[in-house]
Amino acid sequence: MAKIKYIEHSGKVHIVEVQNGLTVMEGAVQNDIPGIDADCGGSMSCATCHVYVKEDWYDKLPKKEMGEDDMLDQAYEPNSNSRLSCQISVSDDLDGLTVHLPEKQV
Amino acid sequence: MIKTDAVIVGAGPTGLFCAHQLGIIGLKCEIVDNLNKIGGQCIELYPDKPIYDIPAVPECTGEELTNNLIKQIKPFKFNFHLNDRVQELNKENDSWIVKTSNGKVFRTPNVIIAGGVGSFEPRKFPTKSAEKFDGTSVLYSIKDKTIFKNKSVIIFGGGDSALDWAIELSNNSKVSLIHRRDEFRGAPANVKKIKELSEKNIINLFTKYSIKDVKGNGSLEQVEIKNEEGKSKILKADYVLGFFGLIMQLGPIAEWGLNLDKKVIPVNTANFETNKKGIFAIGDICTYPGKLKLILSGFHEGALAARGCFKYARPNEKYRFEFTTASNTIKDRLGVKS
Repeated sequence: MAKIKYIEHSGKVHIVEVQNGLTVMEGAVQNDIPGIDADCGGSMSCATCHVYVKEDWYDKLPKKEMGEDDMLDQAYEPNSNSRLSCQISVSDDLDGLTVHLPEKQV
Repeated sequence: MIKTDAVIVGAGPTGLFCAHQLGIIGLKCEIVDNLNKIGGQCIELYPDKPIYDIPAVPECTGEELTNNLIKQIKPFKFNFHLNDRVQELNKENDSWIVKTSNGKVFRTPNVIIAGGVGSFEPRKFPTKSAEKFDGTSVLYSIKDKTIFKNKSVIIFGGGDSALDWAIELSNNSKVSLIHRRDEFRGAPANVKKIKELSEKNIINLFTKYSIKDVKGNGSLEQVEIKNEEGKSKILKADYVLGFFGLIMQLGPIAEWGLNLDKKVIPVNTANFETNKKGIFAIGDICTYPGKLKLILSGFHEGALAARGCFKYARPNEKYRFEFTTASNTIKDRLGVKS
């Protein structure tokens, strides 16, 4: 279980407890947090669960697997802090993770 | 005007199998899809990815699944209207008048929405200033490559569409290729070719850059690009091309007066009808308690929606349930010997 902080582009903050094994994307969708669309449902086939993770946390996350950066190329305004939230699995180690949501997903 | 028993919006696996079920019960249909090919997400997003949860098919790719579904409905000779999008639905007596973006018109008692997450559209530049040149000098697809001859063309993207066009247009145009990182997702041969052309100064390659602004009075003159450190460069430009893949948008479906729950359509699970009589929704675009976004669920939903269409298409007949193993009528429809 980890407390994940989602910060909308407007600055609105949502803190939710997400079970281990779920993804950061699922944590948002199950808690009705706006700003993460997840059109493909988590199969790394779209880029609509895009989030920004600041350096302090970015380096602690499991590294991107093959294909994630390719999908991020197709996201809205990706940068070097970009991740697909469907590819971040929640574990106790992620307690306190903060993700910033982009202005929009599509 | 084309008269038919049902119009299916979306040629993904759910729409295709629903067409099969309509054919089995003796109804005709027309299938419309915004993409230029049949298969929906299976073919556009993951043609090579294996799928493991199609009943009785231990493993198949999105492309194989699509090809088999196309084969399965072949006997019915249904028409596909690709590269076209259903724009408007209007009620006229007991029929729906369905209009597409290419100007086709259908008259039908039944419309089956099997639209997945919506229609695929090219992702556009985030910069507001690009909008006023959209379709003239800021483009997301190429219809006529001759317009670029001897012009300065700035191409954005890292996939094969961007690389293919950069290579092709570099024969007759001044091409700059801009990508947000050092690695390209395009085919290795394309990446190698791009690097060669860059070393020979035939293509200007800027990696770790993205678009900042497009400028021009009346016509496009310049593109400003920036890197993550905030450094920017100005490039002379006659055309800007963006190849960032496709995104899915609900599009006109949202304007048809259907009940919507966020981006999906609630249905009655007895026949998958929406709040509008004769309009059905199946597959990823429908919702109900317990809904699973699986292809197999879409197949089930399509089978029930097809039966739901029967009473509107044949109001004076009674629907009779039959098995494909036993019914000679069905075998005739499939063109197989009984």
